Amino acid sequence: MENSKTSIIRKVLMALSGLFLVIFLLQHLMINSLSVINPDSFNEVSHFMGTNPAVQFLLQPILIFGVILHLVMGIIIEQQNRNARPIKYAFSNAGANSSWMSRNMIISGITVMLFLGLHFYDFWFPEIDIKFIQGDMSGMLEGETDFRYFKELQHKFVSPVRMGIYCLSFVFLSLHLLHGFQSSFQTVGFKNRKYAPTIEKLGNIYAVAVPLGFIIIALFHFINSSH
Amino acid sequence: MSAAKKLNLTLKVWRQKNGNAKGNLETYPLADISPDSSFLEMLDILNNGLIDKGESPVVFDHDCREGICGSCSLYINGEPHGPARLVTTCQLHMRSFKDGETIYIEPFRAKAFPVIKDLMVDRSAFDRIQHAGGYISVNTSGNTQDANSIPIEKEDADEAFYSAACIGCGACVAACKNASASLFVAAKVSQYALLPQGKIEAKDRVLNMVKQAEKEGFGPCSNTGACEVECPKGISIENIARMNREFLSASITK
Amino acid sequence: MSKLDSKVPKGPLKDKWTNYKNNINLVNPANKRNIDVIVVGTGLAGGSAAATLAELGYNVKAFCYQDSPRRAHSIAAQGGINAAKNYQGDGDSTYRLFYDTIKGGDYRSREANVYRLAEVSSNIIDQCVAQGVPFARDYGGLLDNRSFGGVLVSRTFYAKGQTGQQLLLGAYSAMNRQIAKGKIQMFNRHEMLDVVIVDGKARGIIARDLVTGNIERHSAHAVVLGTGGYGNVFFLSTNAMGSNVTAAWKAHKKGAYFANPCYTQIHPTCIPVHGTQQSKLTLMSESLRNDGRIWVPKNLKDAEAVRNGSLKAVNIEEEDRDYYLERRYPSFGNLVPRDVASRAAKERCDAGYGIIANDTNEGVFLDFAAAIQRYGTEEALIKGISNPTQEEITSLGEKVIENKYGNLFDMYKQITDDNPYKTPMRIYPAVHYTMGGLWVDYNLMTNVEGMYAIGEANFSDHGANRLGASALMQGLADGYFVLPYTIGDYLANDIRTGKISTDSPEFVAAEKKATDEINHLINNKGSKTVDYFHKKLGLIMWNKVGMARTTVGLNEAISEIAALREEFYKDVRVPGESNELNQELEKAGRVADFLELGELFARDALEREESCGGHFREEYKTEDGEALRRDAEFAYVSAWEYTGKPSDAILHKEKLDFENVELKTRSYK
Repeated sequence: MENSKTSIIRKVLMALSGLFLVIFLLQHLMINSLSVINPDSFNEVSHFMGTNPAVQFLLQPILIFGVILHLVMGIIIEQQNRNARPIKYAFSNAGANSSWMSRNMIISGITVMLFLGLHFYDFWFPEIDIKFIQGDMSGMLEGETDFRYFKELQHKFVSPVRMGIYCLSFVFLSLHLLHGFQSSFQTVGFKNRKYAPTIEKLGNIYAVAVPLGFIIIALFHFINSSH
Repeated sequence: MSAAKKLNLTLKVWRQKNGNAKGNLETYPLADISPDSSFLEMLDILNNGLIDKGESPVVFDHDCREGICGSCSLYINGEPHGPARLVTTCQLHMRSFKDGETIYIEPFRAKAFPVIKDLMVDRSAFDRIQHAGGYISVNTSGNTQDANSIPIEKEDADEAFYSAACIGCGACVAACKNASASLFVAAKVSQYALLPQGKIEAKDRVLNMVKQAEKEGFGPCSNTGACEVECPKGISIENIARMNREFLSASITK
Repeated sequence: MSKLDSKVPKGPLKDKWTNYKNNINLVNPANKRNIDVIVVGTGLAGGSAAATLAELGYNVKAFCYQDSPRRAHSIAAQGGINAAKNYQGDGDSTYRLFYDTIKGGDYRSREANVYRLAEVSSNIIDQCVAQGVPFARDYGGLLDNRSFGGVLVSRTFYAKGQTGQQLLLGAYSAMNRQIAKGKIQMFNRHEMLDVVIVDGKARGIIARDLVTGNIERHSAHAVVLGTGGYGNVFFLSTNAMGSNVTAAWKAHKKGAYFANPCYTQIHPTCIPVHGTQQSKLTLMSESLRNDGRIWVPKNLKDAEAVRNGSLKAVNIEEEDRDYYLERRYPSFGNLVPRDVASRAAKERCDAGYGIIANDTNEGVFLDFAAAIQRYGTEEALIKGISNPTQEEITSLGEKVIENKYGNLFDMYKQITDDNPYKTPMRIYPAVHYTMGGLWVDYNLMTNVEGMYAIGEANFSDHGANRLGASALMQGLADGYFVLPYTIGDYLANDIRTGKISTDSPEFVAAEKKATDEINHLINNKGSKTVDYFHKKLGLIMWNKVGMARTTVGLNEAISEIAALREEFYKDVRVPGESNELNQELEKAGRVADFLELGELFARDALEREESCGGHFREEYKTEDGEALRRDAEFAYVSAWEYTGKPSDAILHKEKLDFENVELKTRSYK
């Protein structure tokens, strides 16, 4: 269909996948916060998520598809963005009319993507390896009776460098969300004078609170594990 | 009118002989400018000085000089139509600048707005977008129905007017980091989408105009809102949300 | 019989247009495809004509000097458009609109044309609404009207302060539809340099592509000029910078008569000139006079103190102010018609009471303080505030004024940096519209066959003075509803002509002449800029052919303009080349034509020994200084024939017969 090649449709796909990721992120944060409140529940939920076929074979592929779609569309659109102005201004005062976040989604987005690579390396690849290549679905280390998830999590945050990278990445995630949240509503056309202030407020709260939550959890484990 | 202090300025002006030539920023000192002069009058003074010196005057678009025809453009100190809000360059006055200031003056830049000469750009892409559907198909027979036969809710009529206030200057494109024409296209789409007369062709209109804008090389919308801030007529990006809505629903059925 | 045949149809006034339409020749649709029409100018008249002719099936070539047809200066009209819809039920009718227009024009227009204008006015509103023009509406969803220009009914339709822009965008959208269909071929950034006459008929134009500098020949079976007015002959006016007389003047030089060039409308409420570098004047809507009081200081020394900045307007005591309009015209006061208000301002400034420190002290106060106090007191009563303080009253009053005129006050502040809520506005009259133009008959055809003039470019409907909100009405009436009929009647004879060749000797000669003129200007290499001459011409026009004209002054103007023209051709400097985008060259060509028109303008003013509408001769006024019309001697249209130079132009007179209205003297005392 010819319409689907237009940037509006591409942006709508960006917006919808973005909103989907927003929901996912909230879910992720809630599970993570269990690691602070109650390590046992954290272990149980982690095990459920990691072994439930519906999560693993339905939701997980959708999520990965969403991430890839968001990324691919982002890159295509960025290319289109750049093509539209081949000769740049010698002197630009863009700060006078728009926020840094809105103009630099590609920077915050790529930073978050790079972080995602690290995050996959840290957690996702090992999990896939253990569960689906080695075939160990027990969720426990050999000879132990507790789930291994919480310990592994704590272990990751021993390194101050990793902790630093995580925190910095969440700052970029926040910058990305500060614009992205409300922008996605605008793109899908769900924004007008009546709802705009609410959406903006909600977006700002989300964009600050969720990354901050992740940062607090990371710091919490860093502090606890270093003793 | 006031006997305010005259300004001494340094201008950095984009000079480019024609569309194919390479351009560059030239520096011109300019003295004794009245703060009551308009920005374009300041350029008139520069030009008369250049002619007297045997140099070629700076070319720029302008016509009505009262902020409505949309001819004047200019990217002044990093913003389309300069630092003031809700005005076009022709209504910008020199009292917005300080004595001794350096002022950068560049053309509106976009792939779809090629430079013709100096500060003048070709904005005919806007015309072609309108050709693609910026109208209601009604003949001028004089036999249309009476103007009062379709009442239109005042709120819609006012809203349509605010969208129709677009003067087609291209500041939205110039301000946008992606040189997107979304605000321009959305304003036109909205005006008609809000009126019963325009609803009949609404689907084809939005599909065709949006596609034409992309064909012209305008970029996608990143919702930065820069266009809304720089628009001399204060057109809201709510129009873009409306256009996207219209486009989505049209895409589903067409 | 005079050489001027107005071709007004016989019969009663109200049946003329209907009978005419019933009896004209039509062109069948298949033949229309073989007929080309050139339309020059894309304002309300040209744009609406181009769209309609293309809809009918003609091949239209449309030209404008702007980068888009949407930017023509019709766009700047603020107030509104009149139509005899009688939606308000206040007694309006076609006849009343006709009568108001004839009377407003001081009985110097043609009855039949004006009646037709009033007749089609309702169609315009229907048409524009169908096109999606967002006129103002009331809460019931129906169209709103306002009252305008001192008439007794509310018949003005409006779209906030942008009626002109919205109507033009309507016409532009109609054009776009035809451009998309290929029925209009659009030539943006093109300027017409000459019209080509073959065998006595207009058959094409010579145009310059303003981007490449190429000179092009374009042929057609008829040529329509919708090229606007010539107010820029005064240099400073409310016209656009590019507005010019070139198309009309070149048509005049090719045989078309120029009618009533001296009828100029000077609008009383504009922002005054601030200095010699000024390029343009800005209008403030006439509606401000509903609440503003116009005054100057009563004492010369106060006026001088205001000018040199040592005295502020607000510090001048009430008894030291001269509310001269209220003094001279007690019954109409500040609401006298445009021409009367303008002349009164000039009279005070000439006497030394002007309040602006420019060369001629040209400026008066427009004061809202009294209105603010009045509205403030009313509001306090409505709000039930007993014993309001002075501050409360002022603040309430300012709110009321802001609601009514907020956007105008903002614009004033933007331009002048003065706060008009706190200190009186400073205003002065400025050239705004020219009622004169190419002479046309009832068909809107000039005396050159196949050459039409519509909108402000012709002379036909406004007589010696135009009413507010009537310019838009005339432009659209001509383009949408009149010309498409009348031109068909003419083109019906052209169905067998076939394509017009652009290789004929007439085209070659016209192109050569245009090229030669351009080369002359480029190669002149004089010492003075084009603006120098334009400003000088403007000053002569303003001082001697402006609001009040005298025999002595007009004679001086005629010789000064002729001398200036000579100097122009000797000493003008046009930088750059002819084969590139060259804005100085464009201006030079336009100023060259203004320098000829200016002289004819002054001659016309000298010849018309009476005062009427926008034309005021000091020698012809009543004992109280009011305009003195001389109907017995001057109830005619002056149509000038070009014979080589403006001083040799021959005057033809079209007598104006008034069968349906009685000629009366306007009084506002």
